[in-house]
Amino acid sequence: MTTTSSPDWPLNRRRLLAGLGGTALWTALPRVSFARTIGDQRFVLIVLRGGMDGLAAVAPYADRDYAALRGRLALPDPNAQGGVLDLDGFFGLNPALADIHPWYKEGQLLVAHAVATPYRDRSHFDAQDLLENGTVTPHGVATGWLNRAIAPLGAGRRLGLAVGQGVPLVLRGAAPVASWAPSPLKEADGDFLDRVAALYANDPLLAGALKAGLDSASMADHALNNDADMAMDGAMVDGTPKPKAVRLDPTQLGTTTGRLLADANGPRVAVMDLQGWDTHAQQGTTAGRLAGALGNLSKVLVALRATMGPAWHQTVVAVVTEFGRTARPNGTGGTDHGTATAAFLAGGAVQGGRVLADWPGLSDDRLYQGRDLAPTQDLRAVMKGILRDHLGLDDAALDKAVFPGGATPAATRGLIRT
Amino acid sequence: MTLQAAIATNRFGLGARPGDITQAQSDPRGWLEVQLTAPAAPPPELREMEDSATRLAATYATRKEKDEDARKPMREALRAAYRADAGRRIRAAIATDVPLRERLVHFWSNHFTVSTSRPIVAAAVVPYENEAIRPHVTGRFADMLLAVTRHPVMLAYLDNAISAGPDSLAGIRRQRGLNENLGRELLELHTLGVDGGYSQTDVRELARILTGWSIAAERDRDTGTFLFRPNLHEPGDKVLLGQRYDEDGMGEGLLALQRLARHPATARHIATKLARHFIADDPPPAVVAALEKSYRDSDGHLGEVTRTLLRQDAAWAPEARKVKTPTELVISTARALSGDIHPTAPAEEDAQTKPHADPALRAVTLLGQTPFAAPSPAGWPDQAADWVGPEAMVQRVDWALTVGETLGDRIDPRQVTEQALGPLASAATRQAVARAPSAADGLALLISAPEFQRR
Repeated sequence: MTTTSSPDWPLNRRRLLAGLGGTALWTALPRVSFARTIGDQRFVLIVLRGGMDGLAAVAPYADRDYAALRGRLALPDPNAQGGVLDLDGFFGLNPALADIHPWYKEGQLLVAHAVATPYRDRSHFDAQDLLENGTVTPHGVATGWLNRAIAPLGAGRRLGLAVGQGVPLVLRGAAPVASWAPSPLKEADGDFLDRVAALYANDPLLAGALKAGLDSASMADHALNNDADMAMDGAMVDGTPKPKAVRLDPTQLGTTTGRLLADANGPRVAVMDLQGWDTHAQQGTTAGRLAGALGNLSKVLVALRATMGPAWHQTVVAVVTEFGRTARPNGTGGTDHGTATAAFLAGGAVQGGRVLADWPGLSDDRLYQGRDLAPTQDLRAVMKGILRDHLGLDDAALDKAVFPGGATPAATRGLIRT
Repeated sequence: MTLQAAIATNRFGLGARPGDITQAQSDPRGWLEVQLTAPAAPPPELREMEDSATRLAATYATRKEKDEDARKPMREALRAAYRADAGRRIRAAIATDVPLRERLVHFWSNHFTVSTSRPIVAAAVVPYENEAIRPHVTGRFADMLLAVTRHPVMLAYLDNAISAGPDSLAGIRRQRGLNENLGRELLELHTLGVDGGYSQTDVRELARILTGWSIAAERDRDTGTFLFRPNLHEPGDKVLLGQRYDEDGMGEGLLALQRLARHPATARHIATKLARHFIADDPPPAVVAALEKSYRDSDGHLGEVTRTLLRQDAAWAPEARKVKTPTELVISTARALSGDIHPTAPAEEDAQTKPHADPALRAVTLLGQTPFAAPSPAGWPDQAADWVGPEAMVQRVDWALTVGETLGDRIDPRQVTEQALGPLASAATRQAVARAPSAADGLALLISAPEFQRR
């Protein structure tokens, strides 16, 4: 008996629900109106929630202070067993990202290092808010920079897609956006589960299954989904439940998103979250929690590229996080909240094959506050560069509406293949 | 009698709607027995559906279409037809006034599974059920067995339509051969059961007997109707289970099916499956024996066997030993909520995706039981261990919460508890529902409670 494909729906567009678009969240910002329509360019923003350790993802293995500073978290150099995958003789990619390493040589992967938003404190909640709202203050505005960027381009069309159960701040605003949730089910929280477990006190079968399910879910979802620290300080956004991470395997996530984006009449801009970056303990090096999270990121990217087909050539994927982590390991085999980190740009439209960095160094006196990688480039400049040269926004819109801080920082030039 | 009424609606029905327990209260068993004599016609939701022949013909036509641009909309239309059928079927179960009948349809349809895992039959699965299963659930097993075995959907699903006797005309001229799929499943799954005392030789002999049971075509166009094709039929005598079958074309198969329906192993197999489905994963031997006897005494009259089941004391034990399948869970939830599990339609549906909108259909798919998508000809499993794995249990709770949050503020969960479970609701469940921090959570707790997850 063969079990081949069923006539089950390929991709359930029914779940492409209307997002928060048009619901008057547009408040404090000037609106630059000009007519322009989008072409075939695609832009995917992947937000690594929890603070990715840039020194572990893209290791400056040739920095003379690196090995001593990182101690047990130092990655071996490229010649060693399980060493980093060399990029440019100075930086190397964590082996958990091996599948996208060839993209660097192809010119489809760019790393921006020692990068940070203007935020200089260490709260996930505030840092993510600022990363997404595009201003210099947390909670300064209730719309996201990416929504403001696409607002003039859509001409009524739903250009934006939020992958997940809610629309993240970065994509909220006046422009109508769609959202797609891999599962429309709510996820029961601890309190509710306790109540259910109490009801199962005399039903060993159901009780056992529920307990085993929660145990295995918490293991399997560790990288994508589970983050105790985040749950503590990031549970709410605007008084509504924070969009929950998706419980889905990363290849499926990338594949589904890729299929939506490949559609000529589909969305042009997508945002998705990946969880599991808040590696306070058991961070590991080439294996462990962080490597697991990086592996998931890699799978998402590989699946995106594989499913987008020709559209990949017109695509930029930006992988960003709210902040980096402490340069030195902490006492539990992990790292704590830090400042600068790395960001990735991938895609056929990226002028890649290089690491973009004004490297600050890792000696004690060069670390930010003596503990973090020091920021030497503004993430907003990189995003501006993409929006200008890839999506075609002009400087006036970028400096006033999208990142309303004025002409500084200026858009980074040359990120996009011409 | 209120407890018996609650058991009648939950264990033998599809879950109580508001008022059902009250209605069944004066004579719970009579409330069920009267359903056994209700008309066998399809419920209103399923009338005016295209028949299986039309759907099969459209499927064959799609396969023959060479032009990809022309094929694509044809394929999408078939998918849409399946989804629409499946949605209507589940809505019929939610709305039915004769839930025992509908349960029996689902049970027998699963016994004689056809599955969308074979795309060739996918657009015709619900019509198959209406044509081959539904008319016979309280009739004679032999009639259902024949209706199923000669049904084009089954013949396509288990490959008999293309099976050719090695010495048949087609076998000799076109070097086509025997396919044992239907022969094997007929013995193992449909009649005798895996321990029913048959051999590989019997499988092969039955396959030889059934050669020629196929699907018609007119002038190069498949019509999707049954046709006995003599040029596929293996000539010569056969021996099945020690009994000789003289060469008689299609007559051999008709005789074999009659004998299989009367076989003692079939009586035992059917009795065991019915008892397992309604009473317990590991059913009481006395119940199985009573059903087996009833089957033999009535010459396989399924209405009579079901009546016997309803007269077993063990069938009315208060302890709910069966865990609901996802389908039963979703249907019973919808019935408890007067048919509504998700009243808010998602915004901005486009017409193309409308068929997806049925919330119950969506729910069963999410919970792992897409209609007619059983993984093998054995059908969906019928034991708790197969349905309450770790991930599945978490999904059930997540789903309960989703229903709760969608509907919570429109209903009073204490009232729903009373109407759906009545005396079956434990003190702990009543208390949990009443003390829940919100109506949404209260409803979700009711749906998650053991008394609701079981039947």
